[in-house]
Amino acid sequence: MIVPLEHILTLALVLFLMGAVCALARRNLVMILLGLEVMLNAAGIAFVGASLRWMEMDGQAFVLFIMGVAAAEIAVGLALLVYCWRRTGALDVNAYNRLKG
Amino acid sequence: MTIYGALFYLLAAIILAATGLALTRRKLMHAVIFLVNAFFATAMLFYLLGAPLLAAFEVIVYAGAIMVLFLFIIMLMGVKDQQGISLRRTLGHWLPPLLLGAATLTAGAIMLAAPPGASESLALAKATPAELGRFVFDRYWLGVEAVSFLLFAGLAGAYFLGKERPEDAARPKDAANAGGGA
Repeated sequence: MIVPLEHILTLALVLFLMGAVCALARRNLVMILLGLEVMLNAAGIAFVGASLRWMEMDGQAFVLFIMGVAAAEIAVGLALLVYCWRRTGALDVNAYNRLKG
Repeated sequence: MTIYGALFYLLAAIILAATGLALTRRKLMHAVIFLVNAFFATAMLFYLLGAPLLAAFEVIVYAGAIMVLFLFIIMLMGVKDQQGISLRRTLGHWLPPLLLGAATLTAGAIMLAAPPGASESLALAKATPAELGRFVFDRYWLGVEAVSFLLFAGLAGAYFLGKERPEDAARPKDAANAGGGA
Protein backbone atom coordinates (compact mmCIF):
# COMPACT_ATOMS: atom_id res chain seq x y z
CA MET A 1 0.00 0.00 0.00
CA ILE A 2 1.68 3.23 -1.11
CA VAL A 3 -0.79 5.49 0.68
CA PRO A 4 -3.39 4.79 3.39
CA LEU A 5 -6.78 3.69 2.07
CA GLU A 6 -8.38 6.62 3.91
CA HIS A 7 -6.62 9.10 1.65
CA ILE A 8 -7.82 7.34 -1.50
CA LEU A 9 -11.35 7.24 -0.11
CA THR A 10 -11.15 10.93 0.81
CA LEU A 11 -10.16 11.76 -2.76
CA ALA A 12 -13.05 9.65 -4.08
CA LEU A 13 -15.48 11.27 -1.62
CA VAL A 14 -14.46 14.82 -2.54
CA LEU A 15 -14.71 14.02 -6.25
CA PHE A 16 -18.11 12.40 -5.76
CA LEU A 17 -19.41 15.42 -3.85
CA MET A 18 -18.11 17.78 -6.55
CA GLY A 19 -19.93 15.75 -9.19
CA ALA A 20 -23.10 15.62 -7.10
CA VAL A 21 -23.11 19.37 -6.47
CA CYS A 22 -22.55 19.98 -10.19
CA ALA A 23 -25.36 17.61 -11.16
CA LEU A 24 -27.75 19.22 -8.69
CA ALA A 25 -26.84 22.89 -8.94
CA ARG A 26 -26.06 23.51 -12.61
CA ARG A 27 -28.95 24.08 -14.96
CA ASN A 28 -27.27 23.21 -18.23
CA LEU A 29 -28.09 19.67 -19.32
CA VAL A 30 -24.54 19.01 -20.56
CA MET A 31 -23.05 20.04 -17.20
CA ILE A 32 -25.48 17.75 -15.37
CA LEU A 33 -24.29 14.81 -17.48
CA LEU A 34 -20.65 15.77 -16.86
CA GLY A 35 -21.38 15.79 -13.12
CA LEU A 36 -22.75 12.25 -13.43
CA GLU A 37 -19.54 11.17 -15.19
CA VAL A 38 -17.43 12.65 -12.39
CA MET A 39 -19.50 10.76 -9.80
CA LEU A 40 -19.03 7.44 -11.61
CA ASN A 41 -15.31 8.13 -11.93
CA ALA A 42 -15.06 8.81 -8.18
CA ALA A 43 -16.75 5.48 -7.48
CA GLY A 44 -14.17 3.83 -9.72
CA ILE A 45 -11.28 5.37 -7.78
CA ALA A 46 -12.76 4.06 -4.52
CA PHE A 47 -13.09 0.56 -6.03
CA VAL A 48 -9.51 0.51 -7.31
CA GLY A 49 -8.19 1.71 -3.96
CA ALA A 50 -10.10 -0.99 -2.09
CA SER A 51 -8.91 -3.56 -4.63
CA LEU A 52 -5.32 -2.60 -3.81
CA ARG A 53 -5.93 -2.58 -0.06
CA TRP A 54 -7.22 -6.18 0.09
CA MET A 55 -5.23 -7.45 -2.91
CA GLU A 56 -8.37 -8.75 -4.60
CA MET A 57 -9.22 -8.19 -8.25
CA ASP A 58 -12.98 -7.97 -7.67
CA GLY A 59 -12.77 -4.21 -7.26
CA GLN A 60 -11.01 -3.81 -10.60
CA ALA A 61 -13.59 -6.06 -12.27
CA PHE A 62 -16.32 -3.79 -10.92
CA VAL A 63 -14.64 -0.74 -12.39
CA LEU A 64 -14.87 -2.44 -15.79
CA PHE A 65 -18.62 -2.79 -15.28
CA ILE A 66 -18.88 0.83 -14.12
CA MET A 67 -17.21 1.90 -17.36
CA GLY A 68 -19.68 -0.17 -19.39
CA VAL A 69 -22.62 1.36 -17.53
CA ALA A 70 -21.17 4.86 -17.93
CA ALA A 71 -20.78 4.40 -21.69
CA ALA A 72 -24.36 3.12 -22.10
CA GLU A 73 -25.72 5.85 -19.82
CA ILE A 74 -23.99 8.61 -21.70
CA ALA A 75 -25.13 7.29 -25.08
CA VAL A 76 -28.77 7.36 -24.01
CA GLY A 77 -28.32 10.58 -22.03
CA LEU A 78 -26.85 12.48 -24.96
CA ALA A 79 -29.51 11.12 -27.30
CA LEU A 80 -32.16 12.41 -24.87
CA LEU A 81 -30.33 15.74 -24.74
CA VAL A 82 -30.42 16.07 -28.51
CA TYR A 83 -34.08 15.09 -28.48
CA CYS A 84 -34.94 17.76 -25.87
CA TRP A 85 -32.88 20.35 -27.75
CA ARG A 86 -34.71 19.61 -30.98
CA ARG A 87 -38.09 19.97 -29.35
CA THR A 88 -37.44 23.11 -27.29
CA GLY A 89 -34.30 24.69 -28.72
CA ALA A 90 -32.74 25.05 -25.27
CA LEU A 91 -30.25 23.18 -23.11
CA ASP A 92 -31.41 24.89 -19.91
CA VAL A 93 -33.48 22.51 -17.79
CA ASN A 94 -35.65 25.43 -16.69
CA ALA A 95 -36.90 25.67 -20.26
CA TYR A 96 -38.47 22.22 -20.02
CA ASN A 97 -41.57 23.40 -18.20
CA ARG A 98 -44.24 22.06 -20.48
CA LEU A 99 -45.51 18.53 -20.27
CA LYS A 100 -46.13 18.22 -23.98
CA GLY A 101 -43.28 19.46 -26.13
CA MET B 1 6.87 8.77 2.09
CA THR B 2 8.08 7.01 -1.04
CA ILE B 3 8.16 8.60 -4.46
CA TYR B 4 4.95 6.75 -5.32
CA GLY B 5 3.24 8.25 -2.30
CA ALA B 6 4.28 11.71 -3.47
CA LEU B 7 3.02 10.89 -6.96
CA PHE B 8 -0.35 9.88 -5.53
CA TYR B 9 -0.80 13.25 -3.84
CA LEU B 10 0.37 15.10 -6.95
CA LEU B 11 -2.12 13.20 -9.12
CA ALA B 12 -4.88 13.68 -6.56
CA ALA B 13 -4.24 17.43 -6.59
CA ILE B 14 -4.31 17.48 -10.42
CA ILE B 15 -7.57 15.51 -10.51
CA LEU B 16 -9.26 17.74 -7.96
CA ALA B 17 -8.05 20.96 -9.60
CA ALA B 18 -9.02 19.87 -13.12
CA THR B 19 -12.43 18.58 -12.03
CA GLY B 20 -13.11 21.69 -9.97
CA LEU B 21 -12.18 23.94 -12.88
CA ALA B 22 -14.25 21.81 -15.27
CA LEU B 23 -17.41 21.90 -13.20
CA THR B 24 -17.32 25.67 -12.68
CA ARG B 25 -16.72 26.72 -16.30
CA ARG B 26 -19.45 28.60 -18.07
CA LYS B 27 -18.31 27.41 -21.48
CA LEU B 28 -19.12 23.78 -22.16
CA MET B 29 -16.11 23.25 -24.41
CA HIS B 30 -13.67 24.34 -21.69
CA ALA B 31 -15.41 22.13 -19.15
CA VAL B 32 -15.03 19.07 -21.38
CA ILE B 33 -11.34 19.77 -22.07
CA PHE B 34 -10.59 20.16 -18.35
CA LEU B 35 -12.44 16.94 -17.65
CA VAL B 36 -10.35 15.11 -20.28
CA ASN B 37 -7.28 16.24 -18.35
CA ALA B 38 -8.83 14.98 -15.10
CA PHE B 39 -9.52 11.59 -16.69
CA PHE B 40 -5.95 11.32 -17.97
CA ALA B 41 -4.70 12.00 -14.44
CA THR B 42 -7.17 9.41 -13.13
CA ALA B 43 -5.77 6.88 -15.60
CA MET B 44 -2.30 7.49 -14.18
CA LEU B 45 -3.71 7.12 -10.68
CA PHE B 46 -5.15 3.74 -11.67
CA TYR B 47 -1.76 2.69 -13.00
CA LEU B 48 -0.18 3.81 -9.75
CA LEU B 49 -2.69 1.78 -7.75
CA GLY B 50 -1.85 -1.38 -9.69
CA ALA B 51 -4.50 -1.46 -12.42
CA PRO B 52 -2.82 -0.97 -15.83
CA LEU B 53 -5.75 -2.41 -17.81
CA LEU B 54 -8.15 0.01 -16.15
CA ALA B 55 -5.70 2.85 -16.82
CA ALA B 56 -5.84 2.02 -20.53
CA PHE B 57 -9.63 1.76 -20.46
CA GLU B 58 -9.93 5.04 -18.60
CA VAL B 59 -8.10 6.77 -21.45
CA ILE B 60 -9.92 4.85 -24.19
CA VAL B 61 -13.46 4.87 -22.79
CA TYR B 62 -13.70 7.96 -20.59
CA ALA B 63 -11.22 10.42 -22.08
CA GLY B 64 -11.60 8.98 -25.57
CA ALA B 65 -15.13 7.81 -26.29
CA ILE B 66 -17.32 9.58 -23.76
CA MET B 67 -15.67 13.00 -23.79
CA VAL B 68 -15.39 13.03 -27.58
CA LEU B 69 -19.10 12.23 -27.71
CA PHE B 70 -19.68 15.28 -25.51
CA LEU B 71 -17.54 17.40 -27.84
CA PHE B 72 -19.52 16.18 -30.87
CA ILE B 73 -22.80 17.03 -29.18
CA ILE B 74 -21.63 20.50 -28.13
CA MET B 75 -20.45 21.22 -31.67
CA LEU B 76 -23.72 19.82 -33.03
CA MET B 77 -25.64 22.28 -30.86
CA GLY B 78 -23.63 25.08 -32.47
CA VAL B 79 -23.05 26.95 -29.22
CA LYS B 80 -21.61 30.29 -30.18
CA ASP B 81 -18.59 32.00 -28.68
CA GLN B 82 -19.34 35.69 -28.41
CA GLN B 83 -16.14 36.93 -26.82
CA GLY B 84 -13.45 38.51 -28.89
CA ILE B 85 -9.86 37.39 -28.66
CA SER B 86 -7.46 39.52 -26.67
CA LEU B 87 -4.00 38.53 -25.52
CA ARG B 88 -4.68 38.71 -21.81
CA ARG B 89 -7.83 36.69 -22.08
CA THR B 90 -6.03 34.17 -24.25
CA LEU B 91 -3.18 33.82 -21.74
CA GLY B 92 -5.65 33.47 -18.90
CA HIS B 93 -7.45 30.76 -20.84
CA TRP B 94 -4.32 28.87 -21.78
CA LEU B 95 -2.39 28.98 -18.51
CA PRO B 96 -4.48 26.63 -16.29
CA PRO B 97 -4.82 23.84 -18.88
CA LEU B 98 -1.14 24.14 -19.83
CA LEU B 99 -0.05 23.89 -16.18
CA LEU B 100 -2.37 20.95 -15.49
CA GLY B 101 -1.33 19.14 -18.67
CA ALA B 102 2.36 19.65 -17.95
CA ALA B 103 1.91 18.39 -14.37
CA THR B 104 0.04 15.32 -15.63
CA LEU B 105 2.73 14.53 -18.19
CA THR B 106 5.47 15.00 -15.59
CA ALA B 107 3.76 12.66 -13.15
CA GLY B 108 3.31 10.07 -15.88
CA ALA B 109 6.94 10.33 -16.97
CA ILE B 110 8.22 9.93 -13.40
CA MET B 111 5.96 6.94 -12.83
CA LEU B 112 6.88 5.14 -16.07
CA ALA B 113 10.60 5.85 -15.64
CA ALA B 114 10.41 3.63 -12.52
CA PRO B 115 13.16 5.01 -10.28
CA PRO B 116 15.44 2.26 -8.90
CA GLY B 117 14.54 0.84 -5.52
CA ALA B 118 10.96 2.07 -5.58
CA SER B 119 9.52 -0.11 -8.33
CA GLU B 120 9.16 -3.35 -6.32
CA SER B 121 6.13 -2.16 -4.40
CA LEU B 122 4.40 -1.16 -7.62
CA ALA B 123 5.16 -4.44 -9.38
CA LEU B 124 3.91 -6.41 -6.38
CA ALA B 125 0.52 -4.77 -6.37
CA LYS B 126 -0.02 -4.87 -10.12
CA ALA B 127 -2.74 -7.01 -11.66
CA THR B 128 -1.63 -7.63 -15.23
CA PRO B 129 -4.23 -7.23 -18.00
CA ALA B 130 -4.12 -10.97 -18.73
CA GLU B 131 -4.77 -11.85 -15.07
CA LEU B 132 -7.63 -9.38 -14.77
CA GLY B 133 -9.17 -10.51 -18.05
CA ARG B 134 -9.04 -14.17 -17.04
CA PHE B 135 -10.46 -13.29 -13.64
CA VAL B 136 -13.37 -11.30 -15.09
CA PHE B 137 -14.34 -13.94 -17.63
CA ASP B 138 -13.89 -16.66 -15.04
CA ARG B 139 -15.87 -15.17 -12.17
CA TYR B 140 -18.08 -12.49 -13.70
CA TRP B 141 -18.91 -13.80 -17.17
CA LEU B 142 -22.60 -13.22 -16.55
CA GLY B 143 -21.86 -9.60 -15.71
CA VAL B 144 -19.86 -9.22 -18.92
CA GLU B 145 -22.82 -10.54 -20.89
CA ALA B 146 -25.16 -8.19 -19.02
CA VAL B 147 -22.95 -5.20 -19.83
CA SER B 148 -22.80 -6.16 -23.52
CA PHE B 149 -26.60 -6.43 -23.51
CA LEU B 150 -26.83 -3.05 -21.79
CA LEU B 151 -24.54 -1.46 -24.37
CA PHE B 152 -26.70 -2.87 -27.15
CA ALA B 153 -29.82 -1.53 -25.44
CA GLY B 154 -28.09 1.85 -25.14
CA LEU B 155 -27.25 1.78 -28.84
CA ALA B 156 -30.81 0.94 -29.81
CA GLY B 157 -32.22 3.56 -27.43
CA ALA B 158 -29.88 6.25 -28.72
CA TYR B 159 -30.83 5.41 -32.30
CA PHE B 160 -34.53 5.53 -31.48
CA LEU B 161 -34.28 8.86 -29.63
CA GLY B 162 -31.97 10.42 -32.19
CA LYS B 163 -34.19 9.69 -35.17
CA GLU B 164 -35.53 12.78 -36.89
CA ARG B 165 -39.31 12.80 -36.72
CA PRO B 166 -41.44 14.75 -39.18
CA GLU B 167 -43.51 16.41 -36.42
CA ASP B 168 -40.38 17.84 -34.78
CA ALA B 169 -39.17 19.53 -37.92
CA ALA B 170 -42.37 21.59 -38.11
CA ARG B 171 -41.82 23.02 -34.63
CA PRO B 172 -40.39 26.52 -34.29
CA LYS B 173 -36.98 26.55 -32.68
CA ASP B 174 -35.33 29.53 -31.13
CA ALA B 175 -31.68 28.60 -31.34
CA ALA B 176 -30.68 31.77 -29.51
CA ASN B 177 -31.32 30.03 -26.19
CA ALA B 178 -29.00 27.16 -26.98
CA GLY B 179 -25.90 28.67 -25.44
CA GLY B 180 -27.58 30.20 -22.41
CA GLY B 181 -28.04 28.86 -18.93
CA ALA B 182 -24.81 27.91 -17.25
